[in-house]
Order: sequence, then structure tokens, then C-alpha cells
Amino acid sequence: MESAKPVLEVKNLTVALPVGGDRRHAVEGVSLTVNTGEIVCIVGESGSGKSVTAFSVMGLLPKVLKPSAGQILLEGENVLEASPQRLRDLRGTRMAMIFQEPMTALNPVLTIGDQIDEVLRIHTDLGAAERRTRVLGIMEAMRLPDPERIYASYPHQLSGGQRQRIMIAAALVLDPALLIADEPTTALDVTTQAQILKLIKELQSRRGTGVLFITHDFGVVAEIADRVVVMEGGHVVEEGPAEEVLTRPKHAYTRMLIGAVPSLKPKGRPEPTGPVALEGIGLGKTYGERRFFSRPRIVKAAAAVNLKVRRGETLGIVGESGSGKTTVARCIARLIEPTEGAILVSNADIAKLRERQLRPYRRRIQVVFQDPYRSLNPRRTVGASIVEGPMNYGLPAADATARAREIMKLVGLQPDALSRYPHQFSGGQRQRIAIARALAMEPDVLIADEAVSALDVSVQKQVLDLLDDVQKRFQLAILFITHDLRVAAQICDRIMVMEKGVVVEEGRTSEVFASPSHPYTRALLDAAPGRDFAFAA
Amino acid sequence: MSAKPAILAPATPSPTLAPGFAVWRRLFRQPSVLIGGGVLLVMLFIAMLAPALGTIDPSAINPAFRNRVPGVERTIRQDDGSSATFRHRMGTDSLGRDVYSRVIYGARVSLIIGVSVAAISLAIGLVLGLVAGYVRWLDGAIMRLMDGLMAIPAILLAIAVVSLFRAGLGAVIVAITVPEIPRVVRLVRSIVLSVREEPYVEAAIMAGTPTPKLMVRHILPNTVAPLIVQGTFICASAMLVEAILSFLGIGIPPETPTWGNIMAEGRNLFRIYPHNILYPGIFLALTVLAVNMLGDGLRDTLDPKMAGR
Repeated sequence: MESAKPVLEVKNLTVALPVGGDRRHAVEGVSLTVNTGEIVCIVGESGSGKSVTAFSVMGLLPKVLKPSAGQILLEGENVLEASPQRLRDLRGTRMAMIFQEPMTALNPVLTIGDQIDEVLRIHTDLGAAERRTRVLGIMEAMRLPDPERIYASYPHQLSGGQRQRIMIAAALVLDPALLIADEPTTALDVTTQAQILKLIKELQSRRGTGVLFITHDFGVVAEIADRVVVMEGGHVVEEGPAEEVLTRPKHAYTRMLIGAVPSLKPKGRPEPTGPVALEGIGLGKTYGERRFFSRPRIVKAAAAVNLKVRRGETLGIVGESGSGKTTVARCIARLIEPTEGAILVSNADIAKLRERQLRPYRRRIQVVFQDPYRSLNPRRTVGASIVEGPMNYGLPAADATARAREIMKLVGLQPDALSRYPHQFSGGQRQRIAIARALAMEPDVLIADEAVSALDVSVQKQVLDLLDDVQKRFQLAILFITHDLRVAAQICDRIMVMEKGVVVEEGRTSEVFASPSHPYTRALLDAAPGRDFAFAA
Repeated sequence: MSAKPAILAPATPSPTLAPGFAVWRRLFRQPSVLIGGGVLLVMLFIAMLAPALGTIDPSAINPAFRNRVPGVERTIRQDDGSSATFRHRMGTDSLGRDVYSRVIYGARVSLIIGVSVAAISLAIGLVLGLVAGYVRWLDGAIMRLMDGLMAIPAILLAIAVVSLFRAGLGAVIVAITVPEIPRVVRLVRSIVLSVREEPYVEAAIMAGTPTPKLMVRHILPNTVAPLIVQGTFICASAMLVEAILSFLGIGIPPETPTWGNIMAEGRNLFRIYPHNILYPGIFLALTVLAVNMLGDGLRDTLDPKMAGR
């Protein structure tokens, strides 16, 4: 692209953090360029400063953060020196941004049409009819079905993918020179993500928009980036064409990040032969809403699910949001009551047991939750959280503490850390603590409900290794709930694919990945970002 | 990977401070907490040390010395036969009682009512709210009962309670407490409903923690901060309602000095002798203001999201 001229030039940007933070600058000496018709991806883990960079460009930094040095040139104009009035004009006309969460980025009480129309009303002198034509036009360009109907719809009437398209439509309606996308597909299902990525790529090449795309996902990078900027701790550590950075990363940090991306190729795993630890027969959960005047509304969250997990085996339940995978897991953990079917644990059916009868079986099944920031009581020490379970089952305090110290070592944490509070640990460490808490109960079955989804890739890898390790050590049966096929490929012996509450395919991981039989499984595999790309590892 | 992972140290090697500890430090930096708490402490001392603050019997009637302006002096013959001069700092009322003594003693009633109404309504509301929030099948019954209670105007209920039982401190406390309970129940219930969905509560369920322990350990602590704040507001409004009831003549019997009673007594001659209403009014306003300031300060500290609004 020799004719390309820069849309955005960031030169030596430094943003100071308030005094007393864990470091002095949120970003320091960051320089990058986005040319017309180019997609530049900023990649980094949480806290790397990638979002701060994007927000500085838009002039949307929170007041406590002040750019202290450098320039941000948007088509030659320094936005750091622009007046608030000028910035408002630039946003929308010359640069636009789309956000991670399409559910909250739209105003729930205005129609979709009104919200896109607002951009035109503020920034142009077009008449009402012209604006309407233009809004319908851009909605068509977004491949939204039936633009007329959607124009008059409210956000809650649309799916997540449609909402994200609306956000992109509102961002692009004035043909800005620069589009900033801050993790725009992270909250979406893989199949929707694939469509949105395709759409962004297509629009950008047709309109010649420069795109600054922020992501933590190397799959997404492989899918759409022309150039890649890797950030760590507020600094740019590597920059270059996507192909080169992904295949021949120079910086150790980039190599580590790419090496930590789980491969889509399943690991060869020995056939587990242990005794069956958990069996679900015809499990189902129906939510019924009794209504006074109309017929009851019934939602089948899960129906006729059969599963069997042996000791030492990992069964993955894979599916998109609303597929019922978490419902199944919560039924088995008896956090909710299944409406049909049986759950066999050591030859007893626990599906219908009352809480008191359930007690002896509770400890056999333990759960590691998704969000490590909310799964530990912030008011109690880590030690208190870990010994709570064993002491509930009559273990004396001294023995429980001794067990907790041993398990802390096992999950890779110092035993002395037992007297600390959860806020003193990082996300990955907290997830280790959550695993330790589950292990302290000496369970047969461990349910990991999206247990690594909230973690950065490098930390994710460590936690997956830890799960593998404790599984071998205790011959655990693991029920691994995930939406991420890459993770599933690495850790699961068998996979169950769920769609709309029913199991559509089940089999050994290697077989399902090699020759998926159900169309939905094929769609999922096709949608996995960066599937064609062989990562450096 | 079968190799043992390296042992990791916690991310922040700061001293092990409980999360609540920093709150105390921040509390004592809030000007509204300091001022409100300070004024309230002074009131507390006034109430406790009332006999030692140069007062005479607040109920002693002196028909010869009615409706005197503040500052007037009178000779009192004491039990041992000697006589002393007593200065009516705030004048006397239409029965010749010393207004200063009555105002000082009146602080006792106001504080007792404020604190006990707050404590009783919080205690009952907390229990009902926890039950309503956690025990699904009791939720409907308890909340409909509370809705019913809320539909009755507080003053009307107070009048009913006081006329049913003999007027007195107990009846007034009951009358003011009952309408406050539904508010506390709603607050606690809403907190319980959101906290019970937290993964750490579910983790405790998975750990086999029995329900009563679960409530006390994992759910109850979340209600403490909002309840302290709510408590101060209840306390302030209870003192006001008590004054209103007394002023209307349906509260504590008129011979007991309360700020409301003193004002009710001075009502008839307000234009000629405004001090009968002025002094108790100042004390009441100051105390209620102090309690409200304390509450605002506590709210800003315990719930930083509200600060600066």
C-alpha cells in the first residue's frame, strides 16, 4: 500500500496514572500509525494499556487520567489540543468508536432508527426524509434483515449480533476516516463473531476506513489484521505486519502470548478407563411461568440430556449462549433442581433429593465458577473460604487448616497466603484458590463452568495445566463447560455439543473435530477465529 | 503438564488488612461525620448530665411565676431553709415551669425515642427481610403484609396505637416503629435477593454450609453498611415524629418534658412569648440535622458510588 496516507498517527503518547497506582503511567511512549484502508490490531492482556490508547484518541479518557506527553494526529490535526467543541465535531464525522457490550451501548427507550438518526441530526443539515433514506441505506449495508422493521424496533427486540451491527451502522453512517473497535466481538457468540468480523473487513475495504481494532484474542487478529501492535504494561513491545508478527514473533512477550493460544488440534489423550463417577439420564430443566389470564409460558432450558463421565476423564460441554450448557451443569451441581431425569452419583439418584438428604453427596461434586472476582467472599480470608467446606463436614479446624496449606502448595500458591483476603490476589491466583477450595472437599467430580473464560491467555494456559495436573493426581472426573473450542480441544477427552437445550453431537474430541457430523458443530468449527492459521507454537 | 507449577506469592504483598479497616480511617476524615457525630455526642452528654447542668425539677409548677421572659431571676427557698437566686435562662411557661430545665431534660426523651425506634425497627426489619429474601415461599406473604403496613399513614397509625393503649413512652415507640419496619424489610430483601445470586454464595452452598450459617456468614455482612445508614435516617425521623405527636397532644403525657410537649404548651402564647417554642425548636432542629449529617457522611463513606451527588 504505497499510496496509503496515515489517518491516525499516535506519537510518543504518555498517559499518567493517578499517584498511588501500581505503576506511574497507564501508557508510556506509545507510537502507532493507522493508514487509510488498513486494519491495525492492538493486542495485549488486561492492564496492557490498549483501551487507554483507544480512549485517548477519542478524547474519552476518565478525568483522572491525563495525557502528559505526545501527540495524537487525526488526519494531521492534534486531537489532544482540540477544544471540547471541536472534539465533539470530530467524533462521529471523522472518527467513531464501537464498544464491547452491544447490550448496554444502545439506549433502551429509543427506537433503533432514532438512535442512528441522532448522529445525522447533530452533525448534518439533512432533512428528515433524506436522513431516513440514509439510515435505511446504512442498515442495508450492514446486512440487517428488513431495515424498515428494525428502524422502528427497540434494542431489546434485537439479538446481540444485530445490536452490534446497529452500533457499527451508527459509527459508519457519516463515513468517518477512522473506526476504533474496542473488543467488539468479545461478548458475542463465535458464529456471530465470525459474521461481524467479516462485515467489518468488507466495509472497511469498500469505504477505505482506517480501523484500530483492540482485542486480546489472537484468533481474531489472525482473522482480520493487516498490521499488529503488541502492548505490554503500557509499552508497545512489537509492531509489524500481521503475517510476520504471528509467524515470526521477535519479542519474548509476543512469543509467550502466541504460544499460549490453545491449538484447535485436539491433543491425543489416552482412553479413560476409570469407573463411572457421574451419570445423567434424560436430564431436563423446564422453566414454567404460571400466568393468571393467559396460557403458561414454558421455556425448555435443557431437555433429555444423557451424559456419563468416568474418573480421570474430562467431558466438555460446548455451545453458545442459551444452549443450555450451564443449565445442565447447575442441575448436576444441584444449584437448581432438574425437572426431569436422574443424576447418578455413586449409585444414588440425587436429582430429586431434598437438601438434607443431599448433604452427603454435595461434597462429591464441586464447582469452579467463571468469575474469579465474585466467587470468593471478599470479606473472608482465603483460608476461611477454603476450610469452610471440610469443617461443615465435621473436620476439626486444625486438620482443615493443615489440609488447606497442603492444597495451597498443590495449586501453586504459598500456604502463608491463607490469611490474606481475595482482593490481594490476581485473577489467575483467585482461580487457583477457587480450585483449591473445590479440592479441599475431596470431590469425585469437578464442574468447571467457563472456569478459564475470564482469564488472559497466558494465565488461562497455567490454569488449564493446573486442572490437568490435579485431574491426574486425584483421578477427578471433570465436566468442563466452555464456549471456546480451542480450550475444549486441549483439555477434553470427549465433547458434547449443545444447541437450544439439546445435545446435537457427542463423541471423542479428536473425532468431533476431525469429522463433525451435525451442521451446527460444523458451523461452530468454521466460525472459530483464526482456524486456518498455524500459530507459531 | 505434570511438572509442579512454581509457587506463586500473592500479587500485593501489603500487610493483611481486613477490607473493613480502611473504611474506619476514611470515616474519620469525613467532615459531615465529624460534625454530625460531634453535635450528637454533645446532645448525649446534655441528656445524661441533665441534673448537673443547673436545672431544677422540670415539672415543678409555679403559678406565681408564669410566662416570664428569658433571663428573669427568682428566689427559691430550699429544703434547709436558706434561699438562693435562680435564673430562668429561657424564661418560664404558662404554668411557671422552667423552660431551660424542660429543654435539657427533653433531650433524654428525644434521644431514647430516636435510638430505640431505629434499633427495634432495624432488628425486626432485618429478620423479616432476610427471611423474605431467602425463603422463597414466605416472600409473598411477608411482602404483602409489609405493603399493607406501608399503606397506612404513619401519623394515623400512631394516633390509633396511642389511643388504644395508655399514652406513654412505650406506646409512642411502638407507634413510630411499626411504619418504619416495611422500609427496612424492603431494603434488606433487595440486598439478599442480589447477594444470593453471587457465585461466592453458591460456592458456600456447594461447600454444604447450612442455611442459617450461610445467611449469617455470607449474606448478612452485606446488609450492615446500608442498614447503618438507614438507621440514622430512621432515628432522625423518629425524633421528628415524636415531636409532632407531642405537639398534637397525642404523644407522651404533657407533664413529661419533651421538645414536642414544650412547643405544644407554648403554642397559645407564641406571639407574645416566642421563647417557649424557639428554644426546644432549636434543639430539635440541631439534633435532627446532626443525625442526618452523620447518616449522609456514613453513606458517602460506605457507598462511595453516592458521594458527590
